[in-house]
Amino acid sequence: MSDWKKDVEVLVHQGKISVPYSWTVGSTLSRWYCELRDNGKIWANRCPGCGTVFVPPKAKCIHCYLEPHDWVELPGTGTVETYTVVHYEEPALHPRKAPFIYGLIKMDGADTCLLHFIDEIEPEKVKVGMRVEAVLAEEREGNILDIRHFRPLG
Amino acid sequence: MEKVAIIGVAQTKYEQNKPETFAELVYDVTRRALEDAGITKDEVDNVVSVSSDFWDGRTISSMAIQDSACAYGKDITTVEGDGTFGCLYGMMRILSGSFGVTIVCAHHKGTESNMNGITNCAFDPLVERKLGIDAVSSAALQARRYMTKYALKEEQFALVSVKNHGNAMRNPLALFPMEITVEDVMNSRKIADPLKLLDCSPVTDGAAAIVLAAERQAKKLSTRKKRVWLLGVGHCTDAFRLGDRDLADTRALKAAAKRAYSMAGITDPLKEIDVAEVYDAFSYMEPLWLEGLGFCDDGKGCEYLERGYFNFDGRLPVNPSGGRLSAHPVQVAGLAELAECVLQIRGEAGDRQVGEVNVALAHGINGMCGQSHCVWILGR
Repeated sequence: MSDWKKDVEVLVHQGKISVPYSWTVGSTLSRWYCELRDNGKIWANRCPGCGTVFVPPKAKCIHCYLEPHDWVELPGTGTVETYTVVHYEEPALHPRKAPFIYGLIKMDGADTCLLHFIDEIEPEKVKVGMRVEAVLAEEREGNILDIRHFRPLG
Repeated sequence: MEKVAIIGVAQTKYEQNKPETFAELVYDVTRRALEDAGITKDEVDNVVSVSSDFWDGRTISSMAIQDSACAYGKDITTVEGDGTFGCLYGMMRILSGSFGVTIVCAHHKGTESNMNGITNCAFDPLVERKLGIDAVSSAALQARRYMTKYALKEEQFALVSVKNHGNAMRNPLALFPMEITVEDVMNSRKIADPLKLLDCSPVTDGAAAIVLAAERQAKKLSTRKKRVWLLGVGHCTDAFRLGDRDLADTRALKAAAKRAYSMAGITDPLKEIDVAEVYDAFSYMEPLWLEGLGFCDDGKGCEYLERGYFNFDGRLPVNPSGGRLSAHPVQVAGLAELAECVLQIRGEAGDRQVGEVNVALAHGINGMCGQSHCVWILGR
């Protein structure tokens, strides 16, 4: 490094990138979200090859590369496979204020886990293996937040 | 297949809020990697950069650094992933027969942006992204799944942080060399339960570059002392969606390691490998990946760690550089690991030299919770 570099006042320019997108949801997830929005039901789809039941549904099976075109209705209950209590604030990203809980919920009737919030419970009382049920939003718009969160069952 | 060697390496010091621009960092490491190899830019005809448009805040991010990477008037191509994958692409372009001496460079200035915002954008905008999940909160889900599956304790993960920050005391390039205790880690600020501040790697600025050459050119251009051979490589990807995976299952890493070991002729990794740099973006990842790499049985990584196997003076020193826990320039990190392995094999690792090294392993990840893995075996 040359000596003159030690004396330079290095400037910092502020910037922000804001670009709008309109993402198609595709036929598989659109069907899922429409059932959720219009009928308050959580569906899944099953691979005709290996029988794996996916929720959210998938356009193809990760194992067999086949279209899982059989649709099955789920009861909306499940078991907490893992969870975390988030302690940091990220107001531009998080739909709720910390501390809040994310869980991977192994859904009854499906072979995969659904990522969502766990609420209506003290964070320190959440346990792996706990039974939970989906609580739906009253005003539903056809996206993942139509499920408000999962809460302890019973 | 012709052998390919790393004939030159360079790294910056890893720091937060570095005053240099991306291009200045890339110029610094590319120039020094060429010097290390003892060649000039005119001998290079292939440049692979490693960067991410989102992290850089500019599209086609390689175009802005091409002259710094000595690609002016040549060809440059980019890998958006970890540096270990950049090395893979560089080697493949050489082996295609279309290219000769190759620069692989990586740059990162994460402290100029917002890591949570950027890693949140790695998730499906149609499903998980709206929930606000990011690299840290998803890693926390993986940490707890790993703890649950094998009845592990947070204190065992904390020991990784103690070891790696301690190792960083011997590495002048590391950001956070620290003598800390398990208690310090346990008492550090809660980030996303079970992860505390000292379980998480710090986003760090920096750059690294390596020079690759096929056997004939390598032998013509460089000295025996500088040449380190790429003996084996393997890579594999798991499911994108977190809920489609068992987050404590390392099947993709196992497949990657198996291919790398088979190519390098390794049958007993713990016996045959002298040093390993593995991707400890979070404390729990080190034992999890060491299991996937076959250094111990599934669920036994923490036990081996507690017995000192992976200490600086242990049977297999792991992350003698201090690891990602002590400096985490995202995407540069895997290339930095390769550079560290090269220095260890050459016997040029200074205070962090672990002794005589004949065979070294570098492991990189890409995607959330180690969706994708790349394993390299390097040797004399």
